Amino acid sequence: MIVAQRKPFEEIKDMLKVYKKVLNVGCGTCVAVCLAGGEKEVDVLNAELDMARKLEENPIEMGAITVERQCDREYLETLDSIVEEYDAILSMACGVGVQFLAERFPHKPVFPAVDTSGLAVNQAVGWYEERCRSCNQCVLGMTAGICPVTMCAKGLYNGPCGGTNKGNCEISKDQPCAWHMIYERLAAQDRLDNIIAFYPAVGWKDQTPRTLIQPGYKTEDSAPEN
Amino acid sequence: MRLDYPVNIKIILVPCTGKVDVLHLLRAIQKGADGAYVVGCLEGACHYNEGNLRARERVEHVSRLLEEIGLEGDRVRMYNLSSGEGPTFAAYAKEMTEHIQKLGPNPLKKWAE
Repeated sequence: MIVAQRKPFEEIKDMLKVYKKVLNVGCGTCVAVCLAGGEKEVDVLNAELDMARKLEENPIEMGAITVERQCDREYLETLDSIVEEYDAILSMACGVGVQFLAERFPHKPVFPAVDTSGLAVNQAVGWYEERCRSCNQCVLGMTAGICPVTMCAKGLYNGPCGGTNKGNCEISKDQPCAWHMIYERLAAQDRLDNIIAFYPAVGWKDQTPRTLIQPGYKTEDSAPEN
Repeated sequence: MRLDYPVNIKIILVPCTGKVDVLHLLRAIQKGADGAYVVGCLEGACHYNEGNLRARERVEHVSRLLEEIGLEGDRVRMYNLSSGEGPTFAAYAKEMTEHIQKLGPNPLKKWAE
């Protein structure tokens, strides 16, 4: 799941300082589950903005709507008839949702209310840990299900490096060494030959935005216009 | 017991303080209440195990949010007592009222009409 955390209140307030009527758009999927940008978080942020601006004798009118997903055109359609009533849009979705919203309403200023942190697992209520950086070149099959891009401080495809220290990473004693964990798990599975294999480094350079079309679906050319 | 406690306090009943949400407390202040406090069972004695502990976390969160927007965070508080402690309930009501009177009225009150 994509996880995010709300931006500091001062930063959000500052982005909206020149606007009098703003629509706060929540997203009902990933950021709602991670308690950052769903319906309830929209209401809390709106209440805060309302009170803060009244205290400054400069009231703001905040609209609230939460769509199922901001990364799907069909859900953004529901906003078409209401955005014109507002000076600006605040989005509580991940960076994907904010951009899709801005694409759909290019004449309206769109602001992000959350910082998108990554792809994470849920360890306990309100506690999320990153596990994937969506590198598009998955090596988990060879690394015993532990991602070296995410879990290794250097993102090494061939490790460990000289900084491994009794199971921990040199950057912090609280940070386990990913390649130590990979070694331990591969050893337990009697698959240590995998750690000796050499993996070419991930092709991060010359990155362009990736498009994914699942087999059997439309081609990129047939994507609908906004 | 027919105990006296300040008449300015409006009681809202909930099945457990674990039901009290951040938004309930925020809305109270937004709509002009001078303060809001949650009275839960004693810590360790929640019928639902951790309702009162969750309530305390939420009260503390709202307190931080109020500070963030420029109000006194201490306008919201959490108290704990057992259901047999009527006199303590009245004492907390008096303490909260005196505390809020020291802070003065909620500046948002004029916008609440």
